[in-house]
Amino acid sequence: MDPLVLARIQFAANISFHILFPTVTIAMGWLLLFFKLRHRATGEKKWMDAYGFWVKIFALSFALGVVSGITMSFQFGTNWPGYMQTVGNIAGPLLAYEVLSAFFLEATFLGVMLFGRRRVSENMHTLATFLVAAGTTLSAFWILALNSWMQTPAGFEMIGGQAHVTSWWQVIFNPSFPYRLVHMLLASGLTASFLMAGVSAYQWLRSDRAPAVMAALRTGVFVAAMLIPVQIFVGDQHGLNTFEHQPAKVAAMEGVWDTERGAPALAFGLPNAKDRRNDYAIGIPKLASLILTHHVDGEIRGLNEFGDRHPPVAPVFWGFRVMVGTGVLMLGISWWCAFRLRRGGEPSPWLARALVGMTFSGWLATLAGWYVTEIGRQPYLVTGVLLTRDAAAATPVPLLGISLTLYLTIYALLIVSYVSVVFHLARKRKLVDRDAEDLGQELPQ
Amino acid sequence: MNDLYPLIFVFLMALSMLIYVVLDGYDLGVGILLRRASDAHKDEMISSIGPFWDANETWLVLGVGILLVAFPQAHGVILGGLYLPVAFMLIGLILRGVAFDFRVKAHDDHRKWWNRAFYAGSLLAAVSQGFMLGIYLLGFDYSFASVVFAAFVGLGLAAGYTLLGATWLILKTENALLDRAVRWARGSLWLTGFGIVAVSVATPWVSSRIFDKWFSMPNLLLLAPIPLLTAVLFFACERQLKHMIEGRPHRAWLPFASAVGLFVLAFVGLAYSLFPYLVVDRLTYLDAATAPESMKVMLIGIAITLPAILGYTVYSYRVFWGKTRELSY
Repeated sequence: MDPLVLARIQFAANISFHILFPTVTIAMGWLLLFFKLRHRATGEKKWMDAYGFWVKIFALSFALGVVSGITMSFQFGTNWPGYMQTVGNIAGPLLAYEVLSAFFLEATFLGVMLFGRRRVSENMHTLATFLVAAGTTLSAFWILALNSWMQTPAGFEMIGGQAHVTSWWQVIFNPSFPYRLVHMLLASGLTASFLMAGVSAYQWLRSDRAPAVMAALRTGVFVAAMLIPVQIFVGDQHGLNTFEHQPAKVAAMEGVWDTERGAPALAFGLPNAKDRRNDYAIGIPKLASLILTHHVDGEIRGLNEFGDRHPPVAPVFWGFRVMVGTGVLMLGISWWCAFRLRRGGEPSPWLARALVGMTFSGWLATLAGWYVTEIGRQPYLVTGVLLTRDAAAATPVPLLGISLTLYLTIYALLIVSYVSVVFHLARKRKLVDRDAEDLGQELPQ
Repeated sequence: MNDLYPLIFVFLMALSMLIYVVLDGYDLGVGILLRRASDAHKDEMISSIGPFWDANETWLVLGVGILLVAFPQAHGVILGGLYLPVAFMLIGLILRGVAFDFRVKAHDDHRKWWNRAFYAGSLLAAVSQGFMLGIYLLGFDYSFASVVFAAFVGLGLAAGYTLLGATWLILKTENALLDRAVRWARGSLWLTGFGIVAVSVATPWVSSRIFDKWFSMPNLLLLAPIPLLTAVLFFACERQLKHMIEGRPHRAWLPFASAVGLFVLAFVGLAYSLFPYLVVDRLTYLDAATAPESMKVMLIGIAITLPAILGYTVYSYRVFWGKTRELSY
């Protein structure tokens, strides 16, 4: 087997596993801060109960994010030495700033946030919660700056095969960075809010209708309902930005082989890389041109214009459809649910089941979106600067095979454990709560 | 000035590696000792490291990060040469890191499995790190003799971490668990001492350059404090532990302090042996250094953030100062 393929599978497996957990924690940190601040403002116990339950899931997600992140920090060097040799002057400082400004901050104050409630003042505990949320967000800022720079590099010159910075401002605020950062932070918001809504709906279906459960359910649903239209708008803007800077990626997303005016948006089709066309295509006429150029006869450059320097079409094409499809489903369910829940209403059992089904929809959409953007960057590792194949290490295939098998086994085990523990905690909450209520009822007797 | 940057970064890298080894050392050590403890003690032991482990591991990310960023060439050679042991270490760290949370949150029936994962992950990470050190010292040679030597260093480092863990527990626990911790500390102290002696004898033996660095005049005299202080700390620790077994529990800080001292001295000795090489006898830190301009940018970040990091690290240790109370959230 080709070592490049194995190395890419290994890195893709790692980064796919890793991205799941920061996607939960970035926004969940702010939701916890919201619970905490609501409690301080209203004095209602339910907010602290909700905090107490969700901080457990936050801590679990955080731990999984930390350990998979450590793995990645090693793999940059072991699997992609050409990456650091070529663009190390840019990637290095950005990664270093992430560790220095964000990693230590969130890791240290997580200890205070989780274990320090009885040891520090209430203000300090709120501050710790804020610092953890701020740390996770800052971490996203640096990582997305680097990731965006790899997509749309700017602010550098090549001297002797190495990138040298001419402007750090342009490196960090490269053309796609603002769009990508906002798109990712909103994706995190949707992942966390659908997780919260889904788990709470599961508890509601199991007749656990404590005030804390209802508070978390409403928070999850309303946050999701607010964020999803914004996300659809930002996603569209991000698409326009990609159309300008990475036309080959957009051509793959839309399945456009030949440059055309008034290109249709394909609702269905099987990209056929061999014959360079789509089989069984069903399209809505002129829609792709309208979306991307805001003109019914706008021109979209086709894949054939890029020679062999365009990404593999099928994964990008399908990833894009899965992401958009999930987004539309999110919009429908969250708005319907928000409508039912307005003014203290309750969901219907079917709607609650739909929410449970959507618990991990944020993961699906995020992964699909990541595949669109990262596979869409191929064959480049850094657009126009460095080809992926030129960055790979000459690691012997058996070593890659052994380590890949180990990682995949562990990751599969951990994903199954994570999902089952989240629902186990959801069931246990009720038992714990009932014990507390029983105790409370015994007192007056 | 441009020659100074690599020197600063090699110092910073060594510093974060040393801080990592001491800090994650005690919590890995507690993990290794977990197997020998009763269920009630297990919770207490893990409570003693709960607030700290995550930040402790960040020092590893920083150390490897500096290697990657400031000395990319050395990073490729070192981590390429240690590919499999690194993978095993990472698997160990993953297992242990997640077991922290899973063991209290998972179904009660699964708890014992997560406890085992916690122990196995800690041991695997510790042994892998020692193995990596051994192979690294021998210039990435995987002959049978080298692997045996490296495996031995792996066990030695695991013993050292166990010493740190046990002496940490002496600081943080009370009553029955404290008594057990004192006994664990004594056993691992002897193993650690044995490991330090073995590595100190073997290293000059495999490299004539290192031999000359230590055993020529006046170096021999100037370096004499390192082995002498090591011996002093060893026996001070041993004596204190003996007192504690005999029921004189004052100066509970001394075993941990001397264990840290042993690590610092061993680290300084190794650093002296290797300097200026990042890859033994092949690549110096000057050869491997990246462009001064990106070092400068990072140094600005380090100058701003490192004092803050040290500040809130001290703050967090102060918040959780003293004997561990049962921690939950």
